[in-house]
Amino acid sequence: MYRVRRWAVRHARAFELLYAGLEVMLQRSAPLLERIGYARLEAPVARLERAIKGLLFDCQMCGHCVLSSTGMSCPMNCPKRLRNGPCGGVREDGGCEVKPEMRCVWLDAWEGSQRMKHGDRIHVVQLPVDASLEGTSSWLRVARGEHDAGGR
Amino acid sequence: MKFDDEPVPGYSLPVLPGHVSPGRLERVLRAGRFAVTTEIDPPDSADPAEVLRRAAIFDGYVDAINATDGSGANCHMSSVGVCSLLTRVGYATILQMSCRDRNRIAMQGEILGAAAMGACNLLCLTGDGVQAGDHPHARPVFDLDSLSLLEMARRMRDESCFESGRPIDSPPRVFLGAAANPFVPPRAWRAQRLAKKAAAGARFIQTQYCFDTATLRDFMAEVADYGLLEGPDRLHVLVGMGPLASARSARWIRDNVPGIHIPDAVIRRLEGASDQREEGARLCRDILQEVREIEGVSGAHIMAYRQEATVARIIEETGVLEGRVPWYPGRDDPAELNPEAPEAAGDLPAAASS
Repeated sequence: MYRVRRWAVRHARAFELLYAGLEVMLQRSAPLLERIGYARLEAPVARLERAIKGLLFDCQMCGHCVLSSTGMSCPMNCPKRLRNGPCGGVREDGGCEVKPEMRCVWLDAWEGSQRMKHGDRIHVVQLPVDASLEGTSSWLRVARGEHDAGGR
Repeated sequence: MKFDDEPVPGYSLPVLPGHVSPGRLERVLRAGRFAVTTEIDPPDSADPAEVLRRAAIFDGYVDAINATDGSGANCHMSSVGVCSLLTRVGYATILQMSCRDRNRIAMQGEILGAAAMGACNLLCLTGDGVQAGDHPHARPVFDLDSLSLLEMARRMRDESCFESGRPIDSPPRVFLGAAANPFVPPRAWRAQRLAKKAAAGARFIQTQYCFDTATLRDFMAEVADYGLLEGPDRLHVLVGMGPLASARSARWIRDNVPGIHIPDAVIRRLEGASDQREEGARLCRDILQEVREIEGVSGAHIMAYRQEATVARIIEETGVLEGRVPWYPGRDDPAELNPEAPEAAGDLPAAASS
């Protein structure tokens, strides 16, 4: 939801902390998750993740979540799916080139990142999305230790 | 500027030490000369003669010609097609590649194909949204963005591998570039964004149309503060500009073309002129004069849609080439050309040179 998404960006610092906590929790519970079996967990966890992140961030389930590097503004809401910053078409009022009624997600990303402790992660060059991960859980990837902040 | 190893048209120049491409643009920029580039309006046709005719308008005035890639999301002859036609008669081209229409498989294939045809400058763009053009119902691809395209092309060249990691036998020797738009929000971090593009491999930058030199000046100062204009890996910034046809067309562009910022003062200046078209050319000339004096600017990229003939006049009147005559077909006496160049560069001919 657009308004919730904007609210999340305004509280990027709180979400950064929450996410850092979630990351630790996921990594600690890795042995347990492994025993249950990641394959068995994938579908229900992905559904849960989609519901929560969908509500908060309009998450598109790209499977390679970079929210903590993009000021808690999901870059997949950019109509051009830019993962490395705004394009040259941002309107004078901050509106998106493609959807003028929507504020550029990268303007939000920048402002969100300014509120965060590790906001400078926004400068990391993000590599192309792995399309085969679409729809899968980023959280389980974090637990498995496969998830990096992206890029180099 | 005439290179003493200028090859027979259609062949590549030798790659100099410290250079990455066998092209003239990189040589001119690294030599610190004020470079001038322009763009060709690609035809809505399959006629090769039309491409050559449109290129010839700029003969002797530009160091390289951009071939646009479905600019404004309108369909035209492909940039790879235009570059291939131009390089085989000897022109230096800048291949524009936008992420809108192709996925990474197609793009990497085209980079190899274009490099094999002698295109050695690659401008990595995100591309306009499909809503802007004549096919608003097309599916936008955007598998990559301009940054990940740069990074991918850099790896293809420097690490000889595809994005998948699979090795490339003979890597594309391309000089990489990107676009910048210092004139639209978020202005405060446009310079930082440029730093990111430099980190991903860009070495030359072509900006969006500049009608606001004060903003450009601030931007360049900031870019310099990031240390992006120093050393062998420096960025070469070519400032975009072009003549406006009238106050009415300026207003239309401002309202309808994404990303072009035209201050009110510019529109007022055009409105006050008796010959608006002439005033538009004069304004572009003034901007070019001003821009060449800005610290750190490496050149100008003059885009003159439907006013191509004006480009030569603007360059002539401002004297920015300082007496240089950039290469054009027929500039050099064939006897003086370096017939060894193809072997020296280890190249196959891009095509039979005519």
